[in-house]
Amino acid sequence: MELTRDVQMDLHRRMVRIRLFEEAAGRLAEAAKLPGFLHLYVGEEAVAAGVCTALNDDDHITSTHRGHGHLVAKGGDFNRMMAELMGKATGYCKGKGGSMHISDLSLGMLGANGIVGAGTPIAVGAAFADKYRKRGQVAVAFFGDGATNIGAFHEAANMACALHLPIVFACENNEYGEFTRRDRTMAITDIVDRAVGYGMPGVIVDGMDVVAVHEATLGAVARARAGGGPSLIEAKTYRFYNHHGVQNLGLKYRTDDEVAVWKQRDPIFSFEERLIDVGTATAADIEQVWSALGDDIAAAIAFAEDSPLPEPDQLLVDVYTTHTNHTNHTDHTSMTARGAS
Amino acid sequence: MAATQITSDNDTVDNDTADNDTADNDTADNNDTADNDTADNDTVDNDDTDEMSMTSGMTNEQAGELTSRPMAMNIAIRSALDVMLGRDDDVVTFGEDVGYFGGVFRCTDGLQQKYGVHRVFDTPIAEGGIIGVAVGMAAYGLRPVPEIQFADYVYPGLDQLISEAARLRYRSGAEFTAAMTVRMPCGGGIHGGQTHSQSPESIFTHVCGLKTVMPSNPYDAKGLLIAAIEDNDPVIFLEPKRIYNGPFDGHYERPVVPWSSHPLGVVPDGYYRIPLGRAAIRRSGNDLTVLTYGTMVHVCEVAAQESGVDAEVIDLRTLLPLDTDTIEASVAKTGRCVIVHEATLTSGFGAELAATVQASCFYSLEAPIERVTGWDTPYPHAQEWDYFPGPARVGAAFKRVVAA
Repeated sequence: MELTRDVQMDLHRRMVRIRLFEEAAGRLAEAAKLPGFLHLYVGEEAVAAGVCTALNDDDHITSTHRGHGHLVAKGGDFNRMMAELMGKATGYCKGKGGSMHISDLSLGMLGANGIVGAGTPIAVGAAFADKYRKRGQVAVAFFGDGATNIGAFHEAANMACALHLPIVFACENNEYGEFTRRDRTMAITDIVDRAVGYGMPGVIVDGMDVVAVHEATLGAVARARAGGGPSLIEAKTYRFYNHHGVQNLGLKYRTDDEVAVWKQRDPIFSFEERLIDVGTATAADIEQVWSALGDDIAAAIAFAEDSPLPEPDQLLVDVYTTHTNHTNHTDHTSMTARGAS
Repeated sequence: MAATQITSDNDTVDNDTADNDTADNDTADNNDTADNDTADNDTVDNDDTDEMSMTSGMTNEQAGELTSRPMAMNIAIRSALDVMLGRDDDVVTFGEDVGYFGGVFRCTDGLQQKYGVHRVFDTPIAEGGIIGVAVGMAAYGLRPVPEIQFADYVYPGLDQLISEAARLRYRSGAEFTAAMTVRMPCGGGIHGGQTHSQSPESIFTHVCGLKTVMPSNPYDAKGLLIAAIEDNDPVIFLEPKRIYNGPFDGHYERPVVPWSSHPLGVVPDGYYRIPLGRAAIRRSGNDLTVLTYGTMVHVCEVAAQESGVDAEVIDLRTLLPLDTDTIEASVAKTGRCVIVHEATLTSGFGAELAATVQASCFYSLEAPIERVTGWDTPYPHAQEWDYFPGPARVGAAFKRVVAA
């Protein structure tokens, strides 16, 4: 399949957006300007970009603890993302979610998730709603290789296939579950082997090749939209930084050589070489993308730094909905306040 | 205690919606009739008039004049699901054996045939998947009502319930909300052993973001379930399975009494709602206040009768949000308080109730608060009735607290 220049430049742009956001977040964390955990997506950009470019805005995704890339690729707003990471009131979740729970209803992004595998059944529920409403939407569950060892994934995969739902299981196999290499925790090499156990097709793609990911996703999404049911894509990829943060406290769980080998296959730089080689873009075109998006990042950091922290009373709200049905004893703001006092 | 009667003009019974559709259903509890339209309707949005606290049984006759008839509690629950499936296309219900078979306790009997497999369906035996799928449905605007076949089976689903359903709203800054009702039969008294008898309500009340409901009779079960489904927060709806078929006062050696002989076993056919967060006074009294819920309501009523203690028995109905006004008013009147639940003692919901009462009624109390509960053991098999806090244990506690 020949992708149009627009699509190719879109793929590139989404990857660069992720890279710039993550590098900026990493620098801020190292400077102690971001509170909390940070699981950087750098190195895996081709997966989120390749998948999300095959989706419509109203298609649904669930994400992972390493979830910034998914929201960025779905079109997430830098300002609100950076503000959320800083815990500011202007953030996507009013500062209540943070890095691991960032979400955007308008983009169908149901949320990053601090629990490994927990997003997969939620995506199945979204796929059910998509099918039930008959609007032709699909859902994509992003998850890692490690998540395929937890029950939630298996329950989700089985149920999606049993109910024949419009969903794509997108596995980012980066070879490590937190700090432990895959082969220490599972006896199979390819996650795709698990698909057959549930009665869905699976395909392995080079997760460092954004075009390969994109084309595989186009097929899986078309199948789901046409009523063909679930499928699984295993993208072989790698995280350039550590499980969390940028440095890793000097602790070794993988070799420098291994990291170096994967970095030579950088999904963005290798794609840029191809774009230039075949004449789709010039070096200047590419530089322009980086430059413009870099300005956006700088503006987002300024926006987030200038934004206020949540007001103290925000601690107690949004635990429950505000009811119009019955108000007497469901004023949870006061109820919670009493509990906290 | 103020209670609104069920009358045609307080708009609580809506007869021309779902239940008239059931006329073509051949199941026994849907022989609805066309004369239901006499009640004035429009009540769905009437927020201030739907309180129907059932005190002293005075409302039943009027409700009966409208459209009511005897229903067991599982039939009343089925009726609530029927009404809500009929009223709201966003309502779907599912679980293990729920669809084709109609549920092990028959709470979804005939609903798949009536509403289709896309709305009433079977799931794998996978509680984490069931609840997780419900979260995803709810986040995108459906109103799922999953069934967990026994409350004892919910533990594999707790991650989805606690870390997802309950917390989605807060962590998303209120952008997402999981409007879902998780039904689950709970409690003992049926010789179910360890894994078919537990009362895990305090696990849920400890999770902020969840609401927890436990009815004690068919009338409440239907009205509360409808309110739970309409609620925009995740609600845990616990159904004491020992009283599906009839009220149970703890005298296990006696024949089963059917709901048809109980005033709260008379249930309107159509739509009505009992708001969450309102307790009901089942027995007025002056000697002490009894805080209880579920099956134990009936045990406490008979214990009051048999012990001769003039106990005021409060059926909490909703554990969270808790009707502290009714509790405080009663304890202020009686000066004594006994808390009764079937669940184990330590960190049970009784501990929360005791803390609430002492904090708000300390200067009214004339005796220490006492708790009568299941023992701190796994639910036993052979010794079920030694575990179960029956009328003798409860009545003895009443006497101790009155004498203290």
